[in-house]
Amino acid sequence: MSVLVLAELDGSSVADASLRALSLARDLDEALAVALFPSGAELEGAGLPGPAVEQLAAYGVADVYAADVPGLAGYAPAAWARAMAGLAESGVAQGGPVTAVVAAATDRGSEVLAHLGAITGLPVAANCVSVSVGAAEPGRWELVRQRWAGSLLEDAELEASLAVLTVAADAVTARPAAAPAGTTVHVFRPEIPAEDLLVRAAESAERGGGMSLATARVVVGGGRGVGGPDGFAPLEELAGLLGGALGVSRVVTSQGWRPHRQQVGQTGTKISPELYLACGISGAIQHMAGCLSAKHIVAVNTDPDAPIIAHADYAVIGDLGQVIPALVEALRARG
Amino acid sequence: MEIVVCVKRVPMVGGRIVVTADGQDVDTRMSGFTVSPHEECAVEEAVQIAEREGGRVTVLTLGPPEAADQLRDMLSLGAQQAMLLETDGREWGPVSTAAAIAGAVRELPCDLLLFGNEAADTGGYQVGVRVAHALGRPVATGIKKLTRTDAGFQASREYRGMQETYELPLPAVVSVKEGINLPRYPSLPGRLRAKRATIEVSHPQWQPEGLRKRRLRVPEETRKRAEVLGSGVDAVPALVNLLDELGVLS
Repeated sequence: MSVLVLAELDGSSVADASLRALSLARDLDEALAVALFPSGAELEGAGLPGPAVEQLAAYGVADVYAADVPGLAGYAPAAWARAMAGLAESGVAQGGPVTAVVAAATDRGSEVLAHLGAITGLPVAANCVSVSVGAAEPGRWELVRQRWAGSLLEDAELEASLAVLTVAADAVTARPAAAPAGTTVHVFRPEIPAEDLLVRAAESAERGGGMSLATARVVVGGGRGVGGPDGFAPLEELAGLLGGALGVSRVVTSQGWRPHRQQVGQTGTKISPELYLACGISGAIQHMAGCLSAKHIVAVNTDPDAPIIAHADYAVIGDLGQVIPALVEALRARG
Repeated sequence: MEIVVCVKRVPMVGGRIVVTADGQDVDTRMSGFTVSPHEECAVEEAVQIAEREGGRVTVLTLGPPEAADQLRDMLSLGAQQAMLLETDGREWGPVSTAAAIAGAVRELPCDLLLFGNEAADTGGYQVGVRVAHALGRPVATGIKKLTRTDAGFQASREYRGMQETYELPLPAVVSVKEGINLPRYPSLPGRLRAKRATIEVSHPQWQPEGLRKRRLRVPEETRKRAEVLGSGVDAVPALVNLLDELGVLS
């Protein structure tokens, strides 16, 4: 028995979110197989990116299936799903029959497994944080999944001929296997109907400029308390001094004070900085869902009873309009 | 162009989320209801497209009778028609929800079917894709920009800092994300029109699903109440020391 995991590639390595999905998949205590979709250049013979195969071995993956689809050099969600459904049906070399298909709940992972669910008619459990095989009989799993972007957890039972799960990657730790596996790489050529190749991604060059909010080490946040579009200059200056990025709450973007790409939260960007300095942000659950992975949260707020105080490690009770310029001045004085 | 937008009635939660004693629902005794944020943007996008090139916007929801309130909210933003797939208040899973929506859309003229990327409450990330497969239409998800082309739409989203673009011939299904536009506020004439509008109601059949909720719970709080460093500018020296200790001062 085996679990088939979608591994997304990040250059020549396996994406961190996929390593976390593999870690959760290992909890099912079956052999691990991986499907990946290298671009044409990466797939010469079975010459996959070496670092990726080494990582997969360290995570205990026995079989790696690298798809070779004529005419498909990039991402096509329905085609990836069709290929994985085929593998799940036929079984894999070392592990045999596939009992579960797992992917990280990234944009692509969520989308591919939704297609897989639609193609097979199977239920899909999205954003799981843990899973175990049900004791009673085969075809049953016990799982915990996120709702409200992690502000709420759902204990659920899944009954299906094949478990299809996405993994809330930021709630799962990446853990290599106790011992690396002897990994075999197989190139497979799935039959893909033409209609599954219709919707495919064309990638354009990177959008330059600015530190990425998602990966920033320090995020300085501004909310309703900033007061208006003109109040962000001191926060931006502070972010600059700390080598960080500016993030804002939903009210700020829905008022049009700042662009949506700076929004931290359930419908914006999820951040995981060393420090999140949240200024004038009340701490609605939709906002907190975006910063649960921050190591340290410091709140600056006039209201000592604001919800964010219950989530923060440290707080300054005061007006950000006075505190932040004073902090900027103090940091400048240090040189 | 005929555009259908699917929305979902969800609790309007603020600083705290509370679960009912039986662990089956979010306690909404103290809160109102709204539609998921991505869906507000889907309705706005539909209204803008119809304003640009003519056409009609129909909003569709599956939910209890009270979900008519959310349909009226969307009508006040510029949608012209509304349809309620009425349930008895039970939670519907994504498979049966998609089947009911696909059944309703099959009977409607529909060039473009819009969804929000995921519902705020259940976050299943799949109804739009399932409906697209049921209808045999192309689908793109997570879309933050839609541009009209001769054949249909060019749909774009971000992926790891790159821009991904999809070409979608019509009829097509698109799920959008907040940020694609800035939704308008309802106008007074819009509100009056919405109040008078007729909502078409049908009653699809609930089906059991393989994924079954046992209970909902609030995650255990890992953080304690914040240590207060001080008040106002007097707290700045302590704040500087803290930043130094955390190693974020370069």
